[in-house]
Amino acid sequence: MSPGDITTERPPPRVAATLGLLRSELGLTFRRLRTFALLGVLAAIPVLIGGVVRIETGGDPSAGSGSGGGADGGGPAFMAQISNNGLFLVFTALAATLPFFLPLTVGVVAGDAIAGEASAGTLRYLLVAPAGRTRLLLVKYASTLAFCLAATLTVAVSGLVTGALLFPVGDLTTISGTRIDYSEGLWRALLIALAVALSLVGFAALGLFVSTLTSSGIAAMAGTVGLLVTVQILTTIPQLDAVHPYLFSHHWLSFADLMREPVLWENLYANLRLQGFYALLFGSAAWARFAGKDISA
Amino acid sequence: MADAFAAVETRGLTKRFRGGQLAVDHLDLTVPAGTVFGFLGPNGSGKTTTIRMLMGLIEPTSGTAQVLGRRMPDAARTVLPQVGALIEGPAPYAFRSGRDNLLRYDAADPTADPRTRAARVDAALERVGLGAAAGKKAKAYSLGMKQRLGLAAALLRPRRLLVLDEPTNGLDPQGMREIRALIRELAQDGRTVFLSSHLLDEIEQVCTHAAVMARGRLVVQGPVAELAARAQDRIAVTTPDAGDAARILKEHGVTGLTVTEDRVTGEPPPGDRDPAELNAALVHAGVRVRAFGLERGTLEDAFVALTGEGFDVAG
Repeated sequence: MSPGDITTERPPPRVAATLGLLRSELGLTFRRLRTFALLGVLAAIPVLIGGVVRIETGGDPSAGSGSGGGADGGGPAFMAQISNNGLFLVFTALAATLPFFLPLTVGVVAGDAIAGEASAGTLRYLLVAPAGRTRLLLVKYASTLAFCLAATLTVAVSGLVTGALLFPVGDLTTISGTRIDYSEGLWRALLIALAVALSLVGFAALGLFVSTLTSSGIAAMAGTVGLLVTVQILTTIPQLDAVHPYLFSHHWLSFADLMREPVLWENLYANLRLQGFYALLFGSAAWARFAGKDISA
Repeated sequence: MADAFAAVETRGLTKRFRGGQLAVDHLDLTVPAGTVFGFLGPNGSGKTTTIRMLMGLIEPTSGTAQVLGRRMPDAARTVLPQVGALIEGPAPYAFRSGRDNLLRYDAADPTADPRTRAARVDAALERVGLGAAAGKKAKAYSLGMKQRLGLAAALLRPRRLLVLDEPTNGLDPQGMREIRALIRELAQDGRTVFLSSHLLDEIEQVCTHAAVMARGRLVVQGPVAELAARAQDRIAVTTPDAGDAARILKEHGVTGLTVTEDRVTGEPPPGDRDPAELNAALVHAGVRVRAFGLERGTLEDAFVALTGEGFDVAG
């Protein structure tokens, strides 16, 4: 049978065709050695934190709460509570990775999205297939968001398992001082993971935009990560606090409000609005750039 | 499909890159449907830029490009599924198998039926002789195998037009022969093949029609036989008395003489003189002639005559 003999061919509906390309894109992202390496590093961080806390406290629950007041200033949020309840390792690990490690991995994937295909030469073949520039960009963004979620869940699940293995689990105390049971705590952990994943939506769009600017995957990754570092430095400069509310990381730590009773939604919503704004702004910029770009690579 | 139909037609197609470099300059190209069309020119003459404009990858600065009767790049979505393309060498995903590569490129085509995808991928791999290596990662492929994989991607669907940019570039002679044989086979199914190359003999062996580019401009286009006929025939004399032969030929108006050990060639004198008279003149002067004849002009001679330069000069 030669390809010319297939006469029963019928074009699939457009939505189905786009889902087919999305599936192909997800397969490409998640069956890649680099993705495993990035997720592996993220999975190791909760193990590292848990191990250090375990060694520090000698596995004695009271040691943790005893030194709790002192440790508050140094470590990430929730650090002091880990030895009381392993579930707090999930929150601590997310709080520790969100400022840098998580967005770093997202920057690698988002920055490489278009520029990586361009430098490999595969972009021209996708476009003459013809994948369609808008469709390709949307699929690339969708698969980057899927990576954001996978990366966040990797940290959360690794924290959950490590916490359960190294420390006692059970009912826990919220920031507001009330007690919630373990199943409610798990539910909150899932919500927090989702909130953290959504915090990366704006930065992912920024990375995608940078990716349309160059034909070098390495340059796009470096540029995206460079922007992340710059923004994270700017947030620490008090003289710039007029600018801070517009930086994509401004509300990142709002996920901690999900550990209050009742939950304080205000900052969480503010974060979602900011991320949505970034996604729209840099999504449009990426489209404007990519739709009319000469593909010479 | 009528012969008059043009598979590719450009009018005044021009591309000036940022920085001012004029890559393609008012190109009027017509590729008749059903031909094997050679697109010939030295490296850097604007062939690939033209192909990229035809495929909607880069926007022309001015002028128009029609592919299969529709304007590019506007009609990319309807035209490109009917076009198989190999552009500036193959570019597989190195860490995926040959089959996975084709599955991905086929998934990128929104008009490709996913239910027949696996069968079409396997058929395309068989067609280019990669059936046995389908499961190997593309990074383990030789350059020839990568070229074949690129051709297989171009054959995933029934195509009306194949655009093949330097498909034998970087291959050894054996690989070149194999790819050329495959191209000839593909052309027999009645589809149009647009083949760019910087190798004259490749175009002469494979193509029915050709166009010649130099420094962004179209020098000439037409059937290969007609182009080659433009080249002047040369008189060739084999003789042990080469020096004398050259002197006598020159006296009879033969120009552009080249003399090697026992061979003299040159352009016949202008006018319709019978070359046999030259032979008679040689023999009369006592030159011992072993062989006397006319050598048919090649495309290369035509090219040199048209552009006034050798073919290996990069624009």
